[in-house]
Amino acid sequence: MKIILRVFRFDPSVDEAPYYRNYSVQAEPYERVLDCLNRIKWEQDGTLAYRMSCAHGVCGSDAMKINGRCALACQKLVRDCEADLILVEPLPSFTVLKDLIVDLNPFFDKVNFVHPFLYAGTPPEKERLQSPEERKKMGESIRCILCACCTAACPVVNENENFLGPAPLVQAFRRIFDSRDTQKIERLDQLDVEDGVWACLNHYECTRVCPKEIPVTKYINTIKREIKKILGPSPE
Amino acid sequence: MELQFDALVVGSGLAGLRAALEIPEGLKVGLVSKVFPTRSHSGAAQGGIGAALSNEEPDSWEWHMYDTVKGGDYLTDQDAAETLAMDAARAVYELEHMGVPFNRTAEGKIAQRAFGGHTRNYGEGPVKRSCYAADRTGRVVLDTLFGKALEKKIHIFSEVYMIDLIIEKGHAAGIVTYDLATGAVEIVRARAVLIATGGFGRVYKTNSNCFSNTGDGVYLCFRNGTPLEDMEFVQFHPTGIYPLGVLVSEAARGEGGILKNGLGYRFMPDYAPTLKDLAPRDVVSRAIDTEIRQGRGVNGRDYVHLDLTGLGADKIEEKLSDISSFARIYLGVDSATEPIPVTPTCHYMMGGIPTDLNGRVLDKHGKPIIGLYAAGEAACVSVHGANRLGTNSLLDLVVFGRRAGISIAHDEKNLHLSDISRDIVNELTSKINAIKRSKGPKPASLRARIRQIMTDCCSVFRNNDDMEKGLEQILSIKEQYRSVSIDNKADKFNTDLLDAIELESLLGLAEVILVSAIARTESRGAHYREDYPQRDDHNWLKHTMVTAGSDGLEISFKPVKITKFEPKARTF
Repeated sequence: MKIILRVFRFDPSVDEAPYYRNYSVQAEPYERVLDCLNRIKWEQDGTLAYRMSCAHGVCGSDAMKINGRCALACQKLVRDCEADLILVEPLPSFTVLKDLIVDLNPFFDKVNFVHPFLYAGTPPEKERLQSPEERKKMGESIRCILCACCTAACPVVNENENFLGPAPLVQAFRRIFDSRDTQKIERLDQLDVEDGVWACLNHYECTRVCPKEIPVTKYINTIKREIKKILGPSPE
Repeated sequence: MELQFDALVVGSGLAGLRAALEIPEGLKVGLVSKVFPTRSHSGAAQGGIGAALSNEEPDSWEWHMYDTVKGGDYLTDQDAAETLAMDAARAVYELEHMGVPFNRTAEGKIAQRAFGGHTRNYGEGPVKRSCYAADRTGRVVLDTLFGKALEKKIHIFSEVYMIDLIIEKGHAAGIVTYDLATGAVEIVRARAVLIATGGFGRVYKTNSNCFSNTGDGVYLCFRNGTPLEDMEFVQFHPTGIYPLGVLVSEAARGEGGILKNGLGYRFMPDYAPTLKDLAPRDVVSRAIDTEIRQGRGVNGRDYVHLDLTGLGADKIEEKLSDISSFARIYLGVDSATEPIPVTPTCHYMMGGIPTDLNGRVLDKHGKPIIGLYAAGEAACVSVHGANRLGTNSLLDLVVFGRRAGISIAHDEKNLHLSDISRDIVNELTSKINAIKRSKGPKPASLRARIRQIMTDCCSVFRNNDDMEKGLEQILSIKEQYRSVSIDNKADKFNTDLLDAIELESLLGLAEVILVSAIARTESRGAHYREDYPQRDDHNWLKHTMVTAGSDGLEISFKPVKITKFEPKARTF
């Protein structure tokens, strides 16, 4: 079938303003939006810039806005787009560097802020024991691929650039509920601030867009409850 | 601005990260990656990491070593297999200590499952040796090591491409980088350079590899005079989702999945009576392609079925949820109730840059090149021989990545910084400008032809005539590549240019694969010659080495290290 991709174009060092360009592409219904972008770049217009790597939803490179919704281009199929015009734009809330490529440094800085690594004392000779029930408390958080869809889609992030955002909170959740980690209280304390976990207003956009189907909002609320339980009532 | 480091690691997958973590605090370490580190392809590994922990049933490292040697069809260097198997338990415990969220047994130990070619008591039957975190083991290990790199505050240069490697008078002097964000070409000097740039499955049309796996580090070593070892051994994973090639882990069969042909018949017991669907990958891929060639593909097409319907929805959700989501998203198939169409997909390169057991790159005389190291899929230790076993790649990355890091720490007293002339920057800049000015063929069209040629003539089955024809075509594309052209003339995020540069790697490596595969007139592991269907230990129990000489490619050979296990017939 023939479809039109309407693609956001912008090179801040050359263009005065962003613009959209339509590309006509021959695509099968089972093909990915990424396949369509590749066809454009390889066959029609090599100036188009976007990130991609694994092409099957594992590496997290090709997050973008497709028909108004944050998603991975390699996980969105042509047949799921429900129209013969597909609108492709960069992730919102981030600075566009070129076309569909945004500056993710502020995102990774916030991920790093929550210390996404295990704090634990001297290890035993073999593995630390962890029951399957304890292991399950980390839930789906280990599925996070840091694609930034959730953070880009979050209405709060959009208005308040100081909000830590959903993905860093998922990363924090993973360590807070890892029975092996020894810094639970410090981690909860770090998030117990206005721009930490409490800035989340339960819009559920993060959960809706997460390509790995992580119940992001639920996890943020779980952290909130854990803070109340362990640190007592919030200062607010 | 010219940067300099004590140690420079190129590639941010598990091998590169693990090596970087091992280099002591006092040394300045730089990590260069053409993608952001967590996008590295190690993250796509699904099924697990092998170690004889005996958490689920009795196991021993000697059995693991034996399986690795036999799985590699006796081309495996046995000192390397011994190192791998003996160090496996320590390596897995270390990952657990770093924070990898492994699945657990009822007693809270690391859970283990069966995997292809891993057996109890020297081949009696499958053993549960794969330590796993659902079906995203590589991803969580990558996240964990990346977290450790953040904790250690390692300098990371993301989206920076190694455009050349500098070897001066027999020792590594540094690299030249191309910054994707700005287009800047810079020299980075280093006392030690570690190549951990991964594989090059992108040389084939149907593959499980990410777009970044173009073998740049392997090719640049080769272009700078390093030999490449055992390049004819290309692994085709039996179960790529048809037609995309996206991987369905062997874990699916380890958990009880079975392969069926178009008649609904379970064919693997006919090919491997003991291990059946859990035979090593080369055996299963040949079986699938044989079924297809003999007209027993599903609906007469070029795929078979992987049937997980016997596992139940709960087990699939708990242990194979990524795989089931791939089937659902890309095919609309519910793997709990319907079979998944699969076909062999190019997955892994057993060959690569020759190293000793400690990651030191060896020249064609077997002598270390001072200051140059390699680890992971880019390297050839050779621990996988003619066919790698599943779960041994993650293990290889962390075991030999760490050893390379230790080597750098050990050697650094004797390594010094060398001057690199700015001429190289001018030369590479001219080369880039020439590509931008050229009016010749586009990278995509040339690349598509290379991948089709390699798929047609050098896949699961091979023969001299087809490969000779293929080689001729590759050489003709190499000529055309000299005038390759691109649309994008800009400096910022010019991935069009990157495509053109990576294509040189793919082309060079395709040629080496073909030359090696034509030379080896026997069948061994993943290298199956229709015109020479038998293994020939008398003539071919040796490693193939290909070096770029002044008159074209030179082939030489290196003996296989045999310690504990004498080669014998390989049946499963």
